[in-house]
Formats: sequence, structure tokens, C-alpha cells
Amino acid sequence: MTTVATQIKLTPEHNARPGASVRSRLQDALPKIVLAPSFAITIVFVYGFILWTVYLSFTNSKTFPSYAITGSRAYQRLWRWTFESDPPSSWYTSITNMGIFGFLYIFICLALGLFLAILLDQKIRGEGVLRPIYLYPMALSFIVTGVAWKWFLDPGLGLEQTLHQWGWTSFHFDWIKNKDFVIYTVVIAGVWQASGFIMAMFLAGLRGIDGEIMKAAQIDGATTFQLYRRIVIPLLRPVFLSAFIVLAHLAIKSYDLVVALTSGGPGGSAWLPSNFMYEYTFKRNEMAVGSASAVIMLMTITAIIVPYLYSELRERPR
Amino acid sequence: MLRKLLIGTALGSGLAFAAHAQDVKEVEMLHWWTSGGEAAALNVLKEDLAKQGFAWKDVPVAGGGGDAAMTALKAMVAAGNYPTASQMLGYTVLDYAAAGVMGDLTETAVKEGWDKSVPAALQKFSVYDGKWVAAPVNVHSVNWLWINKAVMDKIGGTEPKTFDDFIALLDKAKAAGVIPLALGGQNWQEATMFDSVVLSTGGPEFYKKAFNDLDEEQLKSDTMKKSFDNLAKLVTYVDPNFSGRDWNLATAMVIKGDALVQVMGDWAKGEFNAAKKTPGTDFLCYRFPGTDGSVVYNSDMFGMFDVPDDRKAAQAALATATLSKSFQSAFNVVKGSVPARTDVPDTDFDACGKKGMADLKAANEGGTLFGSLAQGYGAPPAVANAYKDVVSKFVHGQIKTSDEAVTQLVSAIEDAK
Repeated sequence: MTTVATQIKLTPEHNARPGASVRSRLQDALPKIVLAPSFAITIVFVYGFILWTVYLSFTNSKTFPSYAITGSRAYQRLWRWTFESDPPSSWYTSITNMGIFGFLYIFICLALGLFLAILLDQKIRGEGVLRPIYLYPMALSFIVTGVAWKWFLDPGLGLEQTLHQWGWTSFHFDWIKNKDFVIYTVVIAGVWQASGFIMAMFLAGLRGIDGEIMKAAQIDGATTFQLYRRIVIPLLRPVFLSAFIVLAHLAIKSYDLVVALTSGGPGGSAWLPSNFMYEYTFKRNEMAVGSASAVIMLMTITAIIVPYLYSELRERPR
Repeated sequence: MLRKLLIGTALGSGLAFAAHAQDVKEVEMLHWWTSGGEAAALNVLKEDLAKQGFAWKDVPVAGGGGDAAMTALKAMVAAGNYPTASQMLGYTVLDYAAAGVMGDLTETAVKEGWDKSVPAALQKFSVYDGKWVAAPVNVHSVNWLWINKAVMDKIGGTEPKTFDDFIALLDKAKAAGVIPLALGGQNWQEATMFDSVVLSTGGPEFYKKAFNDLDEEQLKSDTMKKSFDNLAKLVTYVDPNFSGRDWNLATAMVIKGDALVQVMGDWAKGEFNAAKKTPGTDFLCYRFPGTDGSVVYNSDMFGMFDVPDDRKAAQAALATATLSKSFQSAFNVVKGSVPARTDVPDTDFDACGKKGMADLKAANEGGTLFGSLAQGYGAPPAVANAYKDVVSKFVHGQIKTSDEAVTQLVSAIEDAK
């Protein structure tokens, strides 16, 4: 871009024409002009609406937004619900589920993805066939994943029924119908969907590692385990960061998976905060409470992601 | 170039203006009746209006018992783009009326005599501040039992008249090796069943005070505790796999004879009809034991919005057609519900429909027609959903005793008010 501009300036005949300076100025401004609409859209529709949600959470909005600030009753209610564990309030269920689901989903996906990637990286035959097989679930929407797993895990329809028909009648697996275990079925379906994608990310990372370093380590007598433990995994750190961010946002926005897989679970026991937010805002016409829960979700994410991003990005070589 | 554009725009807007000076012969209707039977039922209205020369602009938003449609409606209204009418439920109509976006049908209502023919309990939702804002389409009632007749004959059961009879009947079915009670373990289904249990346990007066007036004394009374105990009894008769099941799958269990009975609103009849089953020979419809004479209802309404003047004629035609006797009969025969006015002849209805219409008329005259709390006709959505939470948590064991359930119910309702 800049080289083009300098070339134009250097040519005398171009300089002579007044249109040229307009053109070069236009060319300078072009990136800004092109970016301006998307910048404006992001400002309004992301950050503007975040502020609007914060504002609404301090009103007493019910079915429709109301604009008179009435104080923090919505937050007080959420705060009270945070400690109602017996019987669990819907909010308590949602946030504990978020903790369980978020931790297991991210951890298992990372571990499984890395493991599969290392296995696939052993220069095996048929990698071109195996890789898409693992990657394919990512192409499905959460709704499809949810419905498929709902049928598969249903004791009267899927796995349990089939094994009973094959003769293993003592087999028992009804987590999806059990209020204490239903959230783990969400983890299973989520991991099934995302781990292949994480594997692909790690595989790309592994392919990017310089073969010379590996050879040097092998010459120095490192075992395979040491090689991975001390060299490969530390070198994959940027991939861990990307994978973590992809998984974290998938975990926090999994609303559809819960709905399709469990329709909320027995007595609402599979709710995540996003389900809580949707239920209160749109079904129960308590927009203020819904907004407050959305704000708390945002602050929680910020509290986790920002320090992590800061520590990761600060150490990067400039 | 610019001049051409300007002239074009001026001409265009002039044309638009000229067109606006005449009435727009079109109704724009937002609804979620997209499944086969429901779409066929709505088609009756579409054809009625086509005969009068009104075009039909369909805005179907499928899914979720209207949740998606209500979200779409909220967006349309917020943008100032009101549909002529929208399918709506209970308190939603009143919410929108309070926001001042509903039209006024009073003129049509007076001309058609709706005040007399539409049950008073329904008018609570279709009339706001003395003005008619919605046209009720049908009346569903939820206190029904749907029984597979072949199974009933096999176990030698008879119509249960009291709650204890019902338990005895369920025991018989259990002994015969069929699933006694088909239930879908979703909160609205559990709460819908609990509506009937409360009416049966406490009687009409108690139901009204507790679930329509939200009287705290009644909500925490021993009768309410007993109702929860009775619900717990019923839940022991469902199969272990009930949690999360859709209502129509539970109905299918009864149709196929895997289960004896389902407690569900009369939309279940649509499933029996679709499976080509006849009332009386293939299946039986009884009122939930101990609730005969009372009707716990919910109703679909067409909320009419405050559209521009040139669309008002079309809106009035839509409202008139909706509450015409011929449409009420034709529509409700297909839909499985009963007409929203009590003076429609019952000749085209099946046995269950005839009973439903007679019951509605009697309940309306006797003052025992109550809004279903589970279906959002007893209290605003915040309260109704808090109620569903408590019932569902009780059924699934997060709430362990009926004492605790009652305490939770009182505080949840208080909190949501």
C-alpha cells in the first residue's frame, strides 16, 4: 500500500495532475473508510448493548424495558439466590453447573485433543482419513449434537436399551434422567463435539515445531516422554492459549446444547447461567433479573480471561 | 440522474400515498400454529377471510410453545411494526395492553354481542380497561384424564370418581404390568397435572383462592400440603424414564397401550385423532377425579394491535370471522379444544368435545371456571414459572417433603410478585 503511494508521488507527471493528490489521499484513507462501518457496528451492537444491559439491570424492567433507575433489587435477589443451596435455587444450580461444566469441558477437551494430536502426529498411515473423522463433529451445530446424544443416552431408547437387548441386562446408565448427574451428560456431548477441533489446533501446533530441536533433544538422549514433557508441550503454549479461549467462550455460551440435550434437565437441574438469563428475560418477563445475571456472567468471564490474557501476552517476544 | 431519482421517489411515494388512501385488504398474522393439525385449523380462518376479499400475510414463528413467537413479537412491536393480530396467551395480552399498543375492538364486540357469549373468565384477558383488545379463539381445559380403553377393559377398571378411586385404578394397572401413569417430566407438564390435583384435593373454592388470587393463607395451608402429598403418590406410578419426555410421547404411550392414563389438557385429543382413534371405543376422556363440574382452562387469543386506520377494516373483519359461530365450530373440531363462546351448536363435535362444551357452559354459569396457573392463566408469567419450578423440583426430588414444598411455594410466589 505505502509503496504504491510513494511510487505515485515520485512520478512527476502524476504529481502535476491535481486529481492525483486526491487519489492518493483517498488511498491513504481507504483502510479507515472500509473499517469504519464494522467499527461503528461493533461499538453500537456489542459495547453499546452491554452498557444498555447494565443500565436495564438497575431498573425494574419486566416484559418491556423501563428506563427509571430503581436500584439494585435484581442484584440483591441474585445474591440471595447464590447461597440458597437446599433446595437449590435456579441461580445456585446454574452457577455451580457452570463451574462443573466449564472446568471439565475445557480440561477434558484440552487433554483429549492434545493426546489425539500426539497420536496422529506419529507419521501414521491414513492420517488424511482419520483427521476429518475426529474433526467432523465440530461441523454439527449444538442442536444436532444435543438431539443425537439425547437419543443415545436415553435409557429407554439408546445405549442402555441396546445393551439390554444384547443380553447385558444389568447395565445401568441413566445420568440424563438423574438430577445430580445430568450436567455430566452435557459435558460428554460437549467434549465429543469440540475435542476433534482442539486436536486439529494442536496438530497444527505440533507440525509447526522445528524438527531440528527434536533431533537435538534426541541426540542428547531425551526419552519420548521427556521430549514431550519438556520440549513439545512448552512450545505449544500459544496453542493452549488459543484453545483455551475458544473452549471458554464455547462453554460460557452453551445454551442450545443444554436445551436440546436435556430441555433444562429434571427440575431445571441442567441449567447454565445462559439458560437462566434467557428464561428470566424472555419467559418470565423479569428483564431486570435477566440483565443482572448477564452482567454477572460478563464480569465473571472478564475476571477469568483478562488476567490470563495479560500474563500470556506480556511474555510474548516482541 | 439525480433529478430522475428525485422524480422517481416523488412518484413512488405519491403512489404509495394513493394506495394508502384506500383500505389495505390484508391481515398480517403472527402465530406458532405450524404443526399439521394446527395449520389445517388455521387454514379455515384464512379461507373465510379470502371469501371476503382479504389477503392473508402469514408470519409463522415455530417452536417452544410460542416462546420464539413472543420474542419475535417483542421485536416487531419495539420497532413500531405492529402486526394486524398475533396469537397470544393470557397475561401477555394484558402486558401489551398496559404498554398501550393494543387496538380497540369494542365496536365490533358490541355489534357481535361478545359480552354475552364469551365466558366472563375469558373476558378478564381479552378486555383491558373496558376495551376489547383480543379475540379468544378457543378454550382448552387441563383437568382431563385420557385413558386407553383396551387397557382399561383388560384390567377391569371403571371411571374413577374420587382421588382414592384413581389410586386404586392405578394400582390395578400396576398389578397388570402396564405403566399406570404416562407423564412427561418437564416442568409445565408436572405443574399442569398438579393444577388438577389441587382442584381435586381442595375443591373449586380453594383452587380459586390459592391459584388465582394467590392468597398466602391458602398457599401455606394443610390442604396445599395434602395436595403435594397426593402429587407424590401419583409420581410413584410413572415409569423411571419419564424425566424430560415430551407430552406427545407420553400421549403416544397411552395410544399404543403401553400406559393406562395420561393427565393432560385436551390438546392431547389431537394426538388421538391423528392416530385415527375414536373416543368411547378406543380411548376414554374423563374429568380428573374429584374435579367434575369445574373447568381449569387456558385459551388461545388473537391479540389485536393498534394498526393504522387503513388497516382497521381488515382487523375488524378478522376479529368478526374469528368469533363467528361457523369458524368457532370448524376450527375447534380440528384443534381438539372447545369454542370460546358458549352459544355454538355442538353437532360437529365428538363425544369428548360435547362433554367439554357442556362442562364449559356449566362452569361458566356456576362460577367454577378457573384459569390454569401452570398454563399462565392463573397469574403473571413470573409467578406461574416460579410455581412450575417448585412443582418440578418436588417431583424430581430437589425438594424433599411437602412441608418444604409449601414453604418454597409461598416464598417463590412472594418473590416473583
